[in-house]
Amino acid sequence: MTQATTAQGAVSGARADGTSYVEGPVRLFVLASVFWGIVGFLVGDFIAWQLAFPALNFDLPWTTFGRLRPLHTSAVIFAFGGNVLLATSLYVVQRTCRARLYGGDVMGHILFWGYQIFIVLAAVGYLFGVTQSREYAEPEWYVDLFLTVVWVLYLAAFVGTILKRREPHIYVANWFYLAFIITIALLHLGNNMAVPVALLGGDTWWKSYSLFSGVQDAMTQWWYGHNAVGFFLTAGFLAIMYYFVPKQANRPIYSYRLSIVHFWALIFLYIWAGPHHLHYTALPDWAQTLGMVFSVMLWMPSWGGMINGLMTLSGAWDKLRTDPVLRFLVVSVGFYGMSTFEGPMMSVKAVNSLSHYTDWTVGHVHSGALGWVAFISFGALYFMVPALWKRRSLYSLRLVSLHFWIATLGIVLYITSMWVSGIMQGLMWRAYDELGFLQYSFIESVEAMHPYYIIRATGGVLFVAGALIMAYNLYRTIKGDVAEGAQDSVPAGAAVGVRQ
Amino acid sequence: MSLIKHHKLLETNVFLLVLGIFVTVAVGGLVEIVPLFSIKSTIENVRGIRPYTPLELAGRDIYISEGCYNCHSQMVRPFRDEIERYGHYSLAAESKFDHPFQWGSKRTGPDLARVGGKYSNEWHTRHLIDPRSVVPESIMPGYPHLATTPLEYGSIAAHMKTLDVVGRGEMYGPVEGAYENAIADLEAQATPGADTDALVARYSDFAYGPDRAEDETTTMALGDLDGNPDVITEMDALVAYLQVLGTMVDFTDYDETRKAEWIR
Repeated sequence: MTQATTAQGAVSGARADGTSYVEGPVRLFVLASVFWGIVGFLVGDFIAWQLAFPALNFDLPWTTFGRLRPLHTSAVIFAFGGNVLLATSLYVVQRTCRARLYGGDVMGHILFWGYQIFIVLAAVGYLFGVTQSREYAEPEWYVDLFLTVVWVLYLAAFVGTILKRREPHIYVANWFYLAFIITIALLHLGNNMAVPVALLGGDTWWKSYSLFSGVQDAMTQWWYGHNAVGFFLTAGFLAIMYYFVPKQANRPIYSYRLSIVHFWALIFLYIWAGPHHLHYTALPDWAQTLGMVFSVMLWMPSWGGMINGLMTLSGAWDKLRTDPVLRFLVVSVGFYGMSTFEGPMMSVKAVNSLSHYTDWTVGHVHSGALGWVAFISFGALYFMVPALWKRRSLYSLRLVSLHFWIATLGIVLYITSMWVSGIMQGLMWRAYDELGFLQYSFIESVEAMHPYYIIRATGGVLFVAGALIMAYNLYRTIKGDVAEGAQDSVPAGAAVGVRQ
Repeated sequence: MSLIKHHKLLETNVFLLVLGIFVTVAVGGLVEIVPLFSIKSTIENVRGIRPYTPLELAGRDIYISEGCYNCHSQMVRPFRDEIERYGHYSLAAESKFDHPFQWGSKRTGPDLARVGGKYSNEWHTRHLIDPRSVVPESIMPGYPHLATTPLEYGSIAAHMKTLDVVGRGEMYGPVEGAYENAIADLEAQATPGADTDALVARYSDFAYGPDRAEDETTTMALGDLDGNPDVITEMDALVAYLQVLGTMVDFTDYDETRKAEWIR
């Protein structure tokens, strides 16, 4: 297989160069990632407990599941994921282009504070019931406009840096970052078209109504919703994979050819997959079928990315045993492969008739979100912190290993419980007794979920605990501490006391 | 492969790369979204569909604010079990005035597309204040504040006018006197013993068009909906909205004639 000369050059040549990179704002983005990650995971786990014990809604308007769920999804996707994407993209683009960020420190700080203001504006709105009710696009018009400005600056900074590059080729990670930035801009503008009531004299200044309604509105929203997954949570994080996996494994990307083919196939096919969120609804059949067919086809470029990531380890697999940071990166690619098989399967109409509206979807999303997005983020954060703060190593690899196992166990509890509860829900809703009557009332299916909601929320506790361990480890690293024996390699079982 | 060789062009020119990405990602959306606006059969014309009354609209705004869509779908799929549990499968026309749509994606609680008329106003009020007082196993949050918060409806006409802008003049524009009487209509619907003839006639005319029969009227919840006649609360509005869900189209005739067809 061809080994990419450009990839190799860009990856290995980046650091030897003397260019001074913009690092202050990148450090801030790293810190914000850790902070918002913990906030987002905590809110998620809290609402998971609410489903098991509804008294936790406290009968207050600000603390109900309905208002906190968008807070959770936005916090993990846009606050945690978004800060990781900004941190890594600004880190990667400078190094792979051997050029200082376009706009310098000032641009970096504007992007940082602009993005944090966006997060806070959106979050405060949710608590007060300010929402468009469009999943993952809940912020109202004024927040949307604000984000648009920040995003245009982000695109300018990114493209500007690429224009200043001293490498002949644009490295593959940057293709993915570009696809993420451009497509999110397109989706954001397309899905947030709305008219504020204030324009026609309404008192509620924040309220707006969507330009579209019913069928067209649903299609537009899931064109957005699915591609928030496809471009924010996939393309952006594949970019992370394309830089940090080869760096940490110290191996070039497996196949340059494969990266070209799967890049264009992935971004072309992803956009079509939205209607699989609308199977058997009032959306016309032709659109549903298109959505299903393209979702199934999407399996191939998705696995192209997985293969390219995993095979980069060729000849370096032994490092998995000793390097827990690489373990995070590689296992995340494994989870990516798993959820990109599960997704196309669930988009098949017959499967979807059972899985839609159930917890199975929630489990599927979290195998991607926790296993893929969060794990590759953790790997990248563990990589970047020593590099950005000029520390020789992390405080403790043993703690990284502990984080890895505790978080993995959390994910396993989460997704297995949601598989069982989701499939059970789907089967209970369609069950008939021997006389031809529906066998269960809806509330019986709700009751049956209780133990699984507890297992899921317990998995969430483990995941939060892992993130807290990471925060502590990164804090000590930044302080310049090194734990005793930290220079030794950490065998896979060490943290849980297994003798090698 | 020569195509791969030519990829060098994109890899060395960021403008070509940006353009390439933009064109590649634009296609799918264009093919799937644009025809939905132009193909006539996407939304069939159905008798009985009308815009929400001012009170129902205010209730719908609360439904959105509280994030009900996070746990409740409004889309009955054409399956035997769903039709038996919830009612006739949802038609595209039934959400054509929904800016934004509320089809949802999760049923932590049951589908609400046809919840209208299934429970009494009193049941809804008690259920929203304390769900476990009527359904002990429920895991829904309580919303006691709805019953104590007076509804703000001073600018409800502006909301309707905004909807007419996004609705391309086909929503409230054709409803005779909708704006001028918005506040009066809202108050009449939530006040016991109020004169609601004008309100009902206005929205019935829209629902059934020029060939509306004299006794043909659109369904809506009327009177004191939350057990507190002194003040119009957010609860009144939300109950009015819930009670109209799925009731605009009369499916009874349709079903009977079809059954007769199938027997033959």
